[in-house]
Amino acid sequence: MNWFASIGRRGINVLRNLGRALLLLMAILRAPHGLVTRFREFLAQLYSVGVLSLLIISVSGVFVGMVLGLQGYYILSRFAAESTLGVFIAASLVRELGPVVTALLFAGRAGSALTAEIGLMKATEQLSALEMMAVNPVSRLLVPRFFAGVVSVPLLAAMFNALGVLGGYFVGVGLMDVDTGTFWAQMQSQVDFDKDIINGVIKSVVFGVICTWIALFQGYEAVPTSEGISRATTRTVVHSSLAVLGMDFVLTALMFGD
Amino acid sequence: MSALVSIRNLHFSRGDRAIFNGVDLDIPRGKITAIMGPSGTGKTTLLKLIAGQLVPDRGEITVDGQRIDQLSTKELYALRTRMGMLFQSGALLTDLSVYENVAYPLREHTGLPESMIRKLILMKLEAVGLRGARNLMPAELSGGMARRVAMARAIALDPMMILYDEPFTGQDPISMGVLVDLIRRLNDAAHLTSVMVSHDVPESMSIADYVCVISGGKIIEKGSPGQLRASNNPWTHQFIHAESDGPVPFHIGAPSKEVDFLGIDE
Repeated sequence: MNWFASIGRRGINVLRNLGRALLLLMAILRAPHGLVTRFREFLAQLYSVGVLSLLIISVSGVFVGMVLGLQGYYILSRFAAESTLGVFIAASLVRELGPVVTALLFAGRAGSALTAEIGLMKATEQLSALEMMAVNPVSRLLVPRFFAGVVSVPLLAAMFNALGVLGGYFVGVGLMDVDTGTFWAQMQSQVDFDKDIINGVIKSVVFGVICTWIALFQGYEAVPTSEGISRATTRTVVHSSLAVLGMDFVLTALMFGD
Repeated sequence: MSALVSIRNLHFSRGDRAIFNGVDLDIPRGKITAIMGPSGTGKTTLLKLIAGQLVPDRGEITVDGQRIDQLSTKELYALRTRMGMLFQSGALLTDLSVYENVAYPLREHTGLPESMIRKLILMKLEAVGLRGARNLMPAELSGGMARRVAMARAIALDPMMILYDEPFTGQDPISMGVLVDLIRRLNDAAHLTSVMVSHDVPESMSIADYVCVISGGKIIEKGSPGQLRASNNPWTHQFIHAESDGPVPFHIGAPSKEVDFLGIDE
C-alpha cells in the first residue's frame, strides 16, 4: 500500500511541477513588452547565452561534420556512391544533428548557467528584493533571458550546420578525393529548402523554447540552498536533454512522414 | 496615534507546522517597533506577511488602511513603492554597481531626468555615508557597507515604512553601532515608520520605541523597552537578560541520570 501511495505521490508531484512550469511559461509569454522595455538586458543576455556559446558550437560542428564525412565516405564508397557524400552530410546535419546536438550543447553550456544564475539570485534574496521594489522578477529577469535563448538556438544551429558542412567537405573532398563539383552540386539539388531547412529551423526554435524554459523554471523554483541549486542545475541538463531527444522523435515523425 | 500596520488574529502555517497562532499587533506610525524572539519563531515570516510576499491562512493584515491579502498584484506593487525592505544579506543586485543599485527603484518607478536621479542618489548615499563608494560593485563591499547601500536603496523612493530583517546579524561592533545609529536617524529625519525584527537584544532595545516579543506562534509580551526590562514574565526575563536556563531549559529532555550513568533500570 505504501509503495502504491508513493507512486501516487510522485505522480501528483510531476503533474504539479508541470502545471507550475506551464504557469511560468504563460507569465513569460504574457509579458513580452518586457522585451521592449528591457531591450538592453535582452542584448546582454543574447551575448551571454548566444555569443559565448559560439565557440563550443563551432568546434563541435566542425568535428561532427568531419566524422560524418569519414563515416559517410566509408559506407557510400562500398556502393560506389561517394558522389552523394555532400547530400548525406548536409541532410543529416540540417534535419537532425544540427538542431539536436546544438540544443544538447546549449542546455549544458547556457541552460545550466541560467539555472545557476536565477537560483543564486533567489538564494541571495535578490528576487524577493525586486518584488519588494515593486518590480516583477518575471518581466525583469526571465523575459529577456527566455527570448534571448529562443533567438540564440536557431542561430547557433545554423552556425553548427554551416561549419559541419565545411568539416565534411574538408574530409570528403580534401582527404578522400571526392570530386568538389559533385559534392556541392548533389547537395544543392537534393537538399530541399522547405522540407529540410525549414523543418530544421522549426525544430531548433522548438528546442530553444524547451531548453530555455526548463532552465529558467528550474532556477526560479530551485530550493534556495547550495545543494538545491546544484540539484536544479543537474535537473536542467537531464530534463532538457531528454525533452529534446523525445521531442525530436515526435517532430521527425510529424515532419518527414509522407 | 493611529497604527500604520494592524494585524488581527493572524494564523499562518508552513506544511503542518503552525508558525503563527492568533497574533494581534499594532505598529504605530513614526516609531521604531522591534519584533524580537529566538531564531526560528517566524520573525522574517511576519515581515513577509506584512509586505504581502506571503498570504495569511486566517486573520487580517492592514497596512495604511489597505487589507494587504486582498489587494490585486497592481495595487500591491503600488503599495510596495511606499515600503522599503532591508534584507539580511542586503540583497543588492550583483550585476549593478552601488550607484545603479540605488538608482534602480528610481529608474523603474519615476520618469525623472538623469541629472535629478544623480542628485537623489548622491543624497541617499550621503545619508548612509557611502557617497564615496558609488562606483564599487556589491562584491567589493563589506557586509555592513552592503547593508548601508541597501538602506539607501530602500529609502530611494522616500517610503512611509521600512522593514528591517535582522539588520545587526553578523556585524562587527563598529558597523553594528553605525547601523543602530542610522536606523534611528533615518526614522526621525524622514518621518518613517520602522519595523525591525531582530534577536540582538541590547541593540534593538537601545533604539526601539516599542518592543514586541514573540515565541511559539504567539506574542509573549509587548511594551516599551523599559517595561520589558522590568517584566515579571519568566520567559521575557530569560530572553531579555540572555540567561541560559529558565522556561527555555538548558537541558533538553533525556533519560534520567541513573539510567544513563549508573545503568540502573527504573
